[in-house]
Amino acid sequence: MSDSPGSPDLLVRMEGIDKTFPGVHALDQARFELRPGEIHALVGENGAGKSTLMKILGGVYSKDAGRIVIKGQEVTIPNPRAAQGLGISMIHQELNLMPHLTIAQNIFIGREPRAGLPFWLNERGVNEAANKLFDLMHLKLDPRMKVSDLTVAKQQMVEIAKALSFNSSVLIMDEPTAALTDTEIAELFRIVRSLRESGVGVVHISHRLEELKQISDRITVMRDGRTIDTVNTADVTLDKIISMMVGRTIYESKPELPEKPSQDVVLEARNLNRGAVLKDVSFQLKRGEILGFAGLVGAGRTEVARAIFGADPLDSGEIYINGKKASIKSPSDAVRSGIAYLSEDRKRYGLALKMDVETNVALAAFRKFLGVLGWVNTAGTKAMATKYVEALAIKTPSISQKVQNLSGGNQQKVIIGKWLTADTDILIFDEPTRGIDVGAKSEIYRLLNDLAQQGKSIIMISSELPEVLRMSHRVIVMCEGRITGELSAAEADQERIMTYATMRSQSVIANGSENPPTPAATGV
Amino acid sequence: MTTNAAPAQTSAPRTSLLRSDAAQRFMAFGALILMFIIFSLLSPYFLTGSNISGILIATAVNGILAIGVTFVIITSGIDLSVGTVMTLTTVMMGKVVTDWGMPIPIGLLAGIVTGLAAGFVNGFLITKAKLPPFIATLGMLNVARGLSLVISNVKPIYFDENPAFNQIAMGVFIDLSRFIPGLVINNAVLILFGAAILASLILSKTVLGRYTFALGSNEEAARLSGVNVHRWKIAVYMLTGFFSALAGIVMASRINSAQPSLGQGYELDAIAAAVIGGTSLSGGEGSILGTVIGAFLISTLSNGLKILSVPPEWQIVVTGLIVWLAVWLDIIRRRK
Repeated sequence: MSDSPGSPDLLVRMEGIDKTFPGVHALDQARFELRPGEIHALVGENGAGKSTLMKILGGVYSKDAGRIVIKGQEVTIPNPRAAQGLGISMIHQELNLMPHLTIAQNIFIGREPRAGLPFWLNERGVNEAANKLFDLMHLKLDPRMKVSDLTVAKQQMVEIAKALSFNSSVLIMDEPTAALTDTEIAELFRIVRSLRESGVGVVHISHRLEELKQISDRITVMRDGRTIDTVNTADVTLDKIISMMVGRTIYESKPELPEKPSQDVVLEARNLNRGAVLKDVSFQLKRGEILGFAGLVGAGRTEVARAIFGADPLDSGEIYINGKKASIKSPSDAVRSGIAYLSEDRKRYGLALKMDVETNVALAAFRKFLGVLGWVNTAGTKAMATKYVEALAIKTPSISQKVQNLSGGNQQKVIIGKWLTADTDILIFDEPTRGIDVGAKSEIYRLLNDLAQQGKSIIMISSELPEVLRMSHRVIVMCEGRITGELSAAEADQERIMTYATMRSQSVIANGSENPPTPAATGV
Repeated sequence: MTTNAAPAQTSAPRTSLLRSDAAQRFMAFGALILMFIIFSLLSPYFLTGSNISGILIATAVNGILAIGVTFVIITSGIDLSVGTVMTLTTVMMGKVVTDWGMPIPIGLLAGIVTGLAAGFVNGFLITKAKLPPFIATLGMLNVARGLSLVISNVKPIYFDENPAFNQIAMGVFIDLSRFIPGLVINNAVLILFGAAILASLILSKTVLGRYTFALGSNEEAARLSGVNVHRWKIAVYMLTGFFSALAGIVMASRINSAQPSLGQGYELDAIAAAVIGGTSLSGGEGSILGTVIGAFLISTLSNGLKILSVPPEWQIVVTGLIVWLAVWLDIIRRRK
């Protein structure tokens, strides 16, 4: 660790790393290098494989293939403890603290100082060690406080203190600034810089590109599970990085969108607020329109959908359907108002997997098929299921096939059939093509276009920019719970969307907050 | 133009008394006092030395079982087998001491080893075979019950040849009848308090206790911090098995026999005591003091109702109501 920052001796070298999860090839020959005394940013779109690659280094996942070399020695890292033993600490994206324990207890979990007897805890020792750590970080925290009583930012600081307490030579931070304010970020960066001085190699995964300019020495860009390139931060512009992140070479041209939607507003959200996840969200959805919602993971897109669907309570805000104020307190209110939400997690929220196609199609509208004494009109459900199997081209041997035996694309179609049976006019698709193979994707796209043409109104949340660009009449971009931009189909391109999606709250173009009824309108 | 919206809700640490887990303990203790007052007013017999002695000794077995089950509940697990495992340990003691004629300490050791082994199997099934705790321990409930009947040949085993055995629980070290007529503290009660102190120390002062809370609070976080989650979870279930064996010693000694068909249903009283005492079924929270108060609350209630000549079947109904009330209060407390 006495190496000078420019030393060619590498702390970490990962090469040829391969990892496949069921249905996803997450990493494809990925590589990564870390020098001592550098802050190395790792960037890429959602799903590019950044977190997966670092979780392999942190011992959370095991690699399928490839080599990891730490300080010149090839190693295997079977679990987090082994990673710690090699001097690798990881701060995970989702906070990993035990809310019922105190700050100090959290920091030293798994390696508590003992007091003489083998199993006896030295509680005072734990607190003193934590205090020493906080002094080093210039933090003011009472180590005896329960973590559940801390703000998210403070909890983040506890995570960092914990990572530092290992005296690691490698510190991996997965989106550490996502929940922090500017002062807290400055504080964090001060600590990270001082770590760099002492020779620690820091990996910084972030979606906030402009902060990388401030803090990082080098940047590695990943895309689709591959490492695109590693560059010196000083040598590149943000635009260059964005184009490396999104630059797909094979890029389908934009098919003609269905004709312009009408100007009737079917759904309007006004100033939706919920805690820190939704801030003054206002927008309109028009009849026959496909409205794309773009943004990075955690931007608040799913939260908007859940709020409109009545799945999460709002702190404030109003929802209008066909010009009338709607009171949506639960999903069943939403369904009654003609809103359907097609969750990204189809298997968990969208389908009764062990039941057949017929039952699933009829599930949201059984009331229509009820006869005397609650007897189900099976002729009716059969006819309906047959109709949609044909109309949506669902590939299934019969309507009595169990849904779990269908492919992802066909499962998605069954869900669409279900909501069509229930006669919903507003369909909210959350990642409609996640986990669906390329061929089936274009079928889903065609289906969405058909639905819009028939006068259904669609909100499509998607993390795949090409999909958003291809499908949407308009695109709304969110960042940190706010709408940061709105683009017409003509204006929208990947760079613009990424710019809005990484826009920090300070630079947000004020929208809607002064004149509530108008949605975020930017030009056209 | 720039909306410099300061985070509207910098959620200040909400540490109201109501949210703390001490609140439930406090409420349970208040309820216990209230119950004492009401029963004393309703019956002149309730607050007599011999009746208090009766309540104390009646709490011993359930109290010790409840202490054991508190540990697994804090890990957000459950152990339905504590009652029948207790019975199995009594049968093993009877086998060793009476049938094989071995000295009492060997018998006690056999009971404790049996309890630890049952706990190990529970923990192993939960961690390695990934059975849900409910299922793993439901299976153990039946296995232990069946083994008790098999080993004992479906007949009670008596300790009559060893008068010392009965003294373990029923002997009297502390005789207060000189001050308050009828008030004696049987050794069973001392064992209960000893177990409570031991358990409190384990929970608050040892690594095992720390990991018990950690597992219930966020098991994944503990795993990612390098805690050997499987090993410690098995240890927690073994600890529960140990307390079942301790309860078995008190039980066998008190009735001076091993009754192989006894024991089922005890697990529910034990879980009820822990929950009434503020141990959260969702894990991460709980205390031994609370559990002991909960156990006393249950036995005081059934004692008082008995004195008031309420039929025993109604006492069971009332215990159920108390559990509902306690858990409901817990949910209310947690909501805001």
